[in-house]
Amino acid sequence: MTAHIPSALRSYTAQQGEVQAEGATLAAVLTDLDRRFPGLRFRIITEQDTIRQHMRIFVNGAQVAHLAVPVRPHDQIHIVCALSGG
Amino acid sequence: MPRSTKATPPQPAAGSLALLIGTRKGAFILRSDRARRAWKLSDPMFLGHIVHHMVLDPRDRHTMLMAASTGHLGPTMFRSTDAGKTWKESAAPPAFPKVPEGEKGRTVNHTFWLTPCHANEPNAWYAGTSPQGLFRSNDGGVTWEPFSYINDDPQYREWMGTVQDGTPDGPKLHSIIVDPRDPRHLYFAMSGGGVHESVDGGKTFTPLLQGLDVVQGFDQATPTFHDPHCVRLCPSNPDRLYQQNHCGIYRLDRPSNQWVRIGKNMPKQVGDIGFPMVVHPRDAGRAWVFPMDGSTVWPRVSPGGKPVAYVTKNAGKSWVRMDKGFPRANAWWTVKRQAMTADAHHPVGLYLGTTQGEIWAGRNEGATWTCIAKHLPEIYSVEAAALGR
Repeated sequence: MTAHIPSALRSYTAQQGEVQAEGATLAAVLTDLDRRFPGLRFRIITEQDTIRQHMRIFVNGAQVAHLAVPVRPHDQIHIVCALSGG
Repeated sequence: MPRSTKATPPQPAAGSLALLIGTRKGAFILRSDRARRAWKLSDPMFLGHIVHHMVLDPRDRHTMLMAASTGHLGPTMFRSTDAGKTWKESAAPPAFPKVPEGEKGRTVNHTFWLTPCHANEPNAWYAGTSPQGLFRSNDGGVTWEPFSYINDDPQYREWMGTVQDGTPDGPKLHSIIVDPRDPRHLYFAMSGGGVHESVDGGKTFTPLLQGLDVVQGFDQATPTFHDPHCVRLCPSNPDRLYQQNHCGIYRLDRPSNQWVRIGKNMPKQVGDIGFPMVVHPRDAGRAWVFPMDGSTVWPRVSPGGKPVAYVTKNAGKSWVRMDKGFPRANAWWTVKRQAMTADAHHPVGLYLGTTQGEIWAGRNEGATWTCIAKHLPEIYSVEAAALGR
């Protein structure tokens, strides 16, 4: 499936905004992404396996709240920074 | 209890000096010439990252660690082995253990403090986090593990309090100190949570609170109510510590456990509240503070809009005003606890960074002050680094 990477995380993906990943759940996809791009996952997900306060993840346009969400091979995953900052 | 064996007297540093500057929007290195008169500022490193602390490893004088986060992304650590020319991210930054389903575990918001371990423990470092956590790396900062039992100990967790008991920027574990005579003799401090000591390499810690004041109406014996802002050990006499606290300036001479409020000797109109505490590298009688207005709603700016450092040359019996070169009025500076430091050269140079983004150097132990960099982002930390060749 395709994972869309925000600009803040493209230092991990050689500046690629779209990368491929595999997995049957969002958790597995993030593990696969971290295997391909070491360090990426911890910037998005806490050590308690929760999505960080100012990060958002969408699967096919729908926001998800936890990592157990099942995903399919042709899903589109968007990882975005929340509209907060300063 | 601490050993009373003598420490090796520190010798004056020589050679290249750099100031490692952490800011709310990235890191900078300010390098000096040999006379410490001309300074050259680097380009920003990790622009946009919140850099709480950047520290040189004094054991090899090439390795640097940088504790970083951003407004959105999780915390991380960067590591350089060529004095800041290139950086690589830590493989496993400080993180609390994952707790079983159904339990509420803690998450590291940011690493706040970095301390190299003992000279006989090359590549080993300690880190303090927000919320309060103590971590150690044995591989030069590549990977980190929780250190000691305090992160999960019910008593310590109670003393750490909640987010509401910490600073507005989050509760912090800081001032991690290693006795240069004994790697097993450790101190750390928590805002809030007090000062703590271990003499067995972290197997056990005990609070070190006698003599410290707390805000009126609270129980002095409860660590939660203590807010040490910055604790420093004197390299020339490791039995002496100084502390800038939310409630005054203190000195502790071991083996006594009784802190003495030496801030009572400060001028009444200035008070003895502030964030940083700086000690002389070779004279344990000398220390500097940078007072902040601690009245009413705690403005935390230079009292009366007149920036000033104070030095004691007699271990706190008296204090001398040092403001030559600073603005004389209408300068409402804040200097954070990690943003004032001293080099180890002769004569000692002092350095401070303001939240307005200026770096000031105090030549001749602070006798005269000069602005050596300005227009930086909000400054969080300044460390003097004696670089290797």
